[in-house]
Amino acid sequence: MYKIAVIGDYDSIYGFATLGLSICPVKTREEARDKFKQLAESDYGIIYITEAAAAELEDEIERYREKTLPAVIRIPGVSGNTGAGVEGVRKTVEQAVGSDILFGGVS
Amino acid sequence: MAAKHVNPTRMELTRLKKKRITAIRGHKLLKDKRDELMRQYLDLVRENMEVRKKVEAGILSVNKNFVIAKAGMSEAALNTALMAPKQEVSLDTGEKNVMSVDIPTFEYKTRTADENDIYSYGFAFTSGDLDGAVKSLADILPAMIRLAECEKACQLMAAEIEKTRRRVNALEHVIIPETEENIKYITMKLDENERSTQIRLMKVKDMMLEEAHHYSEK
Repeated sequence: MYKIAVIGDYDSIYGFATLGLSICPVKTREEARDKFKQLAESDYGIIYITEAAAAELEDEIERYREKTLPAVIRIPGVSGNTGAGVEGVRKTVEQAVGSDILFGGVS
Repeated sequence: MAAKHVNPTRMELTRLKKKRITAIRGHKLLKDKRDELMRQYLDLVRENMEVRKKVEAGILSVNKNFVIAKAGMSEAALNTALMAPKQEVSLDTGEKNVMSVDIPTFEYKTRTADENDIYSYGFAFTSGDLDGAVKSLADILPAMIRLAECEKACQLMAAEIEKTRRRVNALEHVIIPETEENIKYITMKLDENERSTQIRLMKVKDMMLEEAHHYSEK
């Protein structure tokens, strides 16, 4: 049985607690990194992470990219959508196909 | 170009011919695998993009709702209201095998079946906006789970496709041509050896006949 976690700044994620997801409000980059590592190694199936926080620990996320679990998913935070999530999808297309043929991105 | 030295022997030739057959079959199989993976991947990635756009738009409006809710009540009251969640979500994961890629499937279960259990507070001291915000968040949860499933599957498949593509290319452009080159080299060498033996024998025969009958003196 797995759980779902949400990492990000408190304002972006406090609502998720009502749904029963575990929320991990983080303020600094180091905090986010530690928390992420800790969550990824324990029994969390999905980790949602705000784009702002994700940008700080790109390398950590990359490490879990080719593992079956956990799924690390970027979501936009309260400060708005940076487009990093869509960019991530585009990146997988590029990796698979060689160039972005689907969404017509400028690469 | 025979990059590395090969022994021009019949045994080596048989070995290389076998290797070529295996390589060609492997190449065909891997190519089929790549094509099928790609087909499924493209479907999946389209869905992924759609779900992502939906979720991002959803979260945006949820955040708006929460900001409005927050404006209507004191921070302390809000924190108290959301302090002890009533609901709990647990995740059942399965594994689906798509063309030898293990992709996870997620199914979520809430601790209680009642969907109204998301409101972890009494309604007396909170604004109505908060109820709306929480509800809108609950509504996009299924889409978020689906997004996780899709996106993870896409990432795993993209990695597998890349790997397979490299293998296909290595077989097609390196291993198979190299083996064929070597086979050609050995065949030529063996033919050449055979011709030279033939000539040597003819020469020896000539010399022996000469010795026996002394043709040139007649």
